[in-house]
Parts: sequence; C-alpha cells; structure tokens
Amino acid sequence: MATDTLHHGATSEPHEHHDASGTKVFGFWVYLMSDLVIFGSLFATYAVLMKGTAGGPTAADIFELPFVLVETFLLLFSSFTFGMGVLAMNAERIGQVKAWLAITFLLGAAFVGMEVYEFQHLIHQGYGPDQSAFLSSFFTLVGTHGLHVTVGLVWILVMLVQLSTKGLTPMTRPRILCLSLFWHFLDIVWICVFSFVYLMGVL
Amino acid sequence: MSHSSSNSTSSHGSVKSYVTGLLLSLVLTVIPFAVVMSGALSIATTVVVIAVTAVLQILVQLVMFMHMNTKADEGWNVMSFVFTLTILVLVVGGSLWIMQHLHLNMMIG
Repeated sequence: MATDTLHHGATSEPHEHHDASGTKVFGFWVYLMSDLVIFGSLFATYAVLMKGTAGGPTAADIFELPFVLVETFLLLFSSFTFGMGVLAMNAERIGQVKAWLAITFLLGAAFVGMEVYEFQHLIHQGYGPDQSAFLSSFFTLVGTHGLHVTVGLVWILVMLVQLSTKGLTPMTRPRILCLSLFWHFLDIVWICVFSFVYLMGVL
Repeated sequence: MSHSSSNSTSSHGSVKSYVTGLLLSLVLTVIPFAVVMSGALSIATTVVVIAVTAVLQILVQLVMFMHMNTKADEGWNVMSFVFTLTILVLVVGGSLWIMQHLHLNMMIG
C-alpha cells in the first residue's frame, strides 16, 4: 500500500492522483469520527459530574458569556478563512493560500490565548481542576479541545513551511484538505462546548 | 489534478457556500447567546432553543464547510458519520441513564 501511494506520487496520471487523494482525505475523515467518540465520552463524563461541585463554585459562578462569545467568533471566522484558503488552493493561487492560512493561524492563536487566560484566571482564583469533580471534567473536556486546536496551529505552521519549500503538489494538497477538515471539525466540537457547557451551565 | 479542479465547485464548495455557512453560523450563534444573556424565556424553552440552534449549526457546518454529502466517496463519509452518531447516542445517553439511576438508588445528590 505504501509503495502504491509512492508510485502514484511519482507518476502523473491526474485521475489516479485524485483517487489517492480522495482515499487519504476519507481515511482522515474516519480518524475524525473516532476523535468524535473521544469528545463524546468526555461530554458524557462532564454531564455526569457537572453537579458534583463539592461545595466549590458552580458553572454559573465561574462562566463569563461575553468572553465565550468572543472565543466562539474567533473560531468561527477562522473556520471560514480556512475555507477561503481551500478555495484559493483549488484556484491554484498559492500566495492567497498562504495568506488565508496565516490569518487562520492568528485567529486560532487568539482563541488558544483566550482559553489559556481563562484557565489561568480560574486556577489563580483557586478554582483549579483539583477542586471538584465538576472542575476536573470541565478542564479535561475544554482542555482536550484546546489541545486539539494547538496541534492544529502547529500543523498550519508546518503546512506554511511545506507550501514555501514544495509548493502545491500532489503531496501537500491532500494534507491541506485533511487539515481543513480537522479545523472545521474543531469548530463543530466547539459548538457543542459553548452550547452544552457554557450556555446551559449558567442557566 | 485536472480532475479535482474540474469538479471543485461541487465537492470543495464555493465562495457562496462558505459565506452562506458563515452567515447562518453567526445567526445560529447569536440567537442562543442572546436568549441566555437576556433571560427573556423560561429555562425549559431556553434549553430547547440552545439545543435546536446547536444541532442546526452543526448541520450547517458539516454541509457547507466540511462538504459532507452522499455523492462523494459513494456516501461512505455520511455512513461513517451516522455510525458514529449511533455510538455517541449509546455512550452519552447510556452514561446519563445509568448514572441517574445510580444516583436515585444510592440516594445521593
């Protein structure tokens, strides 16, 4: 299978390229589905433990919705700018691809920055993950999402370097498509986070 | 890659589909935040609004941003998604069901 893929990369039959690329992107889709199960089990854990505040703060005490709304907009717009990047790739405009990826990176980095600030602020107030079952599951769920976004940021940097050194090739194209799926997927997980953790938490 | 660029409008979206997806997502984000922050509706209604707008926004982004459709990959992406949803319903629903009964039987919480 590995030599098969390499063979496709070496020859230049357009149709076979597309098939190999399609298989890679679908394989990545299947990975995302398994990642979804991980998030699903973390959401289930949070739902079971959210009332276990052990005399500590409740969700309504510590969540600030305007802050979360800004985080949501950052991630939503970064999902959109990545989509623009994929369109620029289809139109063979490598300069625009790099520009959209760079904008996506900045928006994503701002999101991670805000989340790190929120976590650091909570821990500083004495509401760290060691305080209650609620806070443990909250930090695990939101932290796992933040870790995924951070990995996505590293991946964007790697793709920016590869676009500069290799350009748009049959090797870099499926990688950017997979990364776009990863990035949109993280925005979809965030919809569940802000809806079921933050919005329902303050009710 | 001539093949992939020729069908790019159908399988990889267009500016129009991304802008539509963005606008719909913005509306579906602002509605639940506005309802919760204003406190205008009862709690039960608010929960329904949050859940419905979340599901709608997830569908919007799956279709407009991730281009999930029954035509690409002979529908295998949709099939794997539906399978994953089944697992999620079992995991999340089953956990809540079991733990709620445990709470009731143990008389805690």
